Amino acid sequence: MKLTQGCFSFLPDLTDDQITKQVQYCLANGWAVNIEFTDDPHPRNTYWEMWGLPMFDLQDAAGVMMELAECRRVYGDRYIRISGFDSSHGWESVRISFLVNRPPQEAEFELVRQEIGGRAIRYTTVRKPAANASQ
Amino acid sequence: MNAHTGTVRGKERYRSGVMEYKRMGYWEPDYVPKDTDVIALFRVTPQEGVDPIEASAAVAGESSTATWTVVWTDRLTAAEKYRAKCYRVDPVPGSPDSYFAYIAYDLDLFESGSIANLSASIIGNVFGFKPLKALRLEDMRFPVAYVKTFQGPATGIVVERERLDKFGRPLLGATIKPKLGLSGRNYGRVVYEALKGGLDFTKDDENINSQPFMHWRDRFLYCMEAVNRAQAASGEVKGTYLNITAGTMEDMYERAEFAKELGSCIVMIDLVIGYTAIQSMAKWARRNDMILHLHRAGHSTYTRQKSHGVSFRVIAKWMRLAGVDHIHAGTVVGKLEGDPNTTRGYYDVCREDFNPMKLEHGLFFDQSWASLNKMMPVASGGIHAGQMHQLLDLLGEDVVLQFGGGTIGHPMGIAAGAIANRVALEAMILARNEGRDYVHEGPEILARAAETCTPLKAALEVWKDVTFNYQSTDTPDFVPTALETV
Repeated sequence: MKLTQGCFSFLPDLTDDQITKQVQYCLANGWAVNIEFTDDPHPRNTYWEMWGLPMFDLQDAAGVMMELAECRRVYGDRYIRISGFDSSHGWESVRISFLVNRPPQEAEFELVRQEIGGRAIRYTTVRKPAANASQ
Repeated sequence: MNAHTGTVRGKERYRSGVMEYKRMGYWEPDYVPKDTDVIALFRVTPQEGVDPIEASAAVAGESSTATWTVVWTDRLTAAEKYRAKCYRVDPVPGSPDSYFAYIAYDLDLFESGSIANLSASIIGNVFGFKPLKALRLEDMRFPVAYVKTFQGPATGIVVERERLDKFGRPLLGATIKPKLGLSGRNYGRVVYEALKGGLDFTKDDENINSQPFMHWRDRFLYCMEAVNRAQAASGEVKGTYLNITAGTMEDMYERAEFAKELGSCIVMIDLVIGYTAIQSMAKWARRNDMILHLHRAGHSTYTRQKSHGVSFRVIAKWMRLAGVDHIHAGTVVGKLEGDPNTTRGYYDVCREDFNPMKLEHGLFFDQSWASLNKMMPVASGGIHAGQMHQLLDLLGEDVVLQFGGGTIGHPMGIAAGAIANRVALEAMILARNEGRDYVHEGPEILARAAETCTPLKAALEVWKDVTFNYQSTDTPDFVPTALETV
């Protein structure tokens, strides 16, 4: 399964050159750029691990790309995403978020159904154990 | 034309009988609206021979304290405070028989937090007043003090995006078609295919409630199966707007509770349920962490014609106060009415914290929203992937683009239709962020993305000639003012 979180997951994986341009777009807008990684890409997992602090005062995307290279070197077997954070009043949240690294074997989820009254079903999305996940 | 007509004061003012509205205190050209006043702008078309000032004063009178004759009981009240005051009347540019009348209302005339009360005052009686040939409520300005008495959107754009974990691009939706006749099981199939393909949302249509071919519980159960299946298959949060519109509030609450119990993140209501019901559901949505989608069913009966009714920009303002999260606000390029500038004005009302006066967008007043949440505008009706660059340019990023026919009508199937839309959207966002001139290079960007995406290629081919170029009926009337150059 190709995890389709983030802004560009339906396109071919971004090249470093493409990532640099998106980071430059964030910086031009005055957004702080954040690198995060996880081995738990559950759709409800909000808090991925932060690779250092958000980069608030950068001018050049090269600084982010260096950090990304370092993050990939350590956590290349995990999902890594880049986000741009806008602190202006009335937003104060993420403005853009996109994947920049996928593990060699992508996560897969399955649905656990618990039948309750009145034909209703309680759904839980759970990670398939890696051994059962298709290649 | 804004001359005094001599308001009668003191004892003479209350002599029994009939007196012109413009002499009763409803026409005060020297009045300077207070920061705390509610202001309404009407387009007044008087009957032949009726003085426009008198007609405008009558609108002020009939939407506040007046009746057809002088009543002595006014003297038991602080009547001058409670009289709405028309303070300015301008001829409508290019429309010789109509006038823009500005009317100020004291804040004490309105109950806090009640659209029903506000609208009963402003549009309650006056639209049937005989001396007027036609009347339209064009725009309103609400003081911050009044804005703050409303809850505002239950969730708001920012928190909606945070809950969905979707940032940086418009959201994608589709209305399930055919809108009538599918069984719950078949309906859920369409939801599943569309969401699995790559849409974020699917949507019930306005008239899908609980009919013989599909009762509401069946629809909810199959739809939630589809949502959860698509979520597990993609690793992305998905949703479907479950329409909870029903004949009574009790039924609506029951449907809303069931949607919550099944884990839906969003429910939907129709504008025709009425302002009070909308406010009730907005409060319910806030209490229950639910996004509230509003379909503007019925609005064109009174918003579309320029001469008579209520402008949609006023309805949009009322709905932001009332507290819905999504509102259909036009597509410009699609099949339904929508002048680009007027539509822009609606989008500004939904999404900005402060709307500066902008006559070219139909916004007649500065309006502060006092940090009320933002509403997500929804563009739906006759749009397709080939228009992606235009849609992004005209509507921006914080919008739900709903491709109903443009998903379900795809020659390779529903999921393929969804993929086409998602790829087209992401390719356009990527290009825009890279600083490309995506509006002009749009077709080329799409063609390039289609090289590695067969569904997009097919979509571009099948809908390449579809446009809806008709004259808009609702366009702003204003005279561009030349800026003084020093």
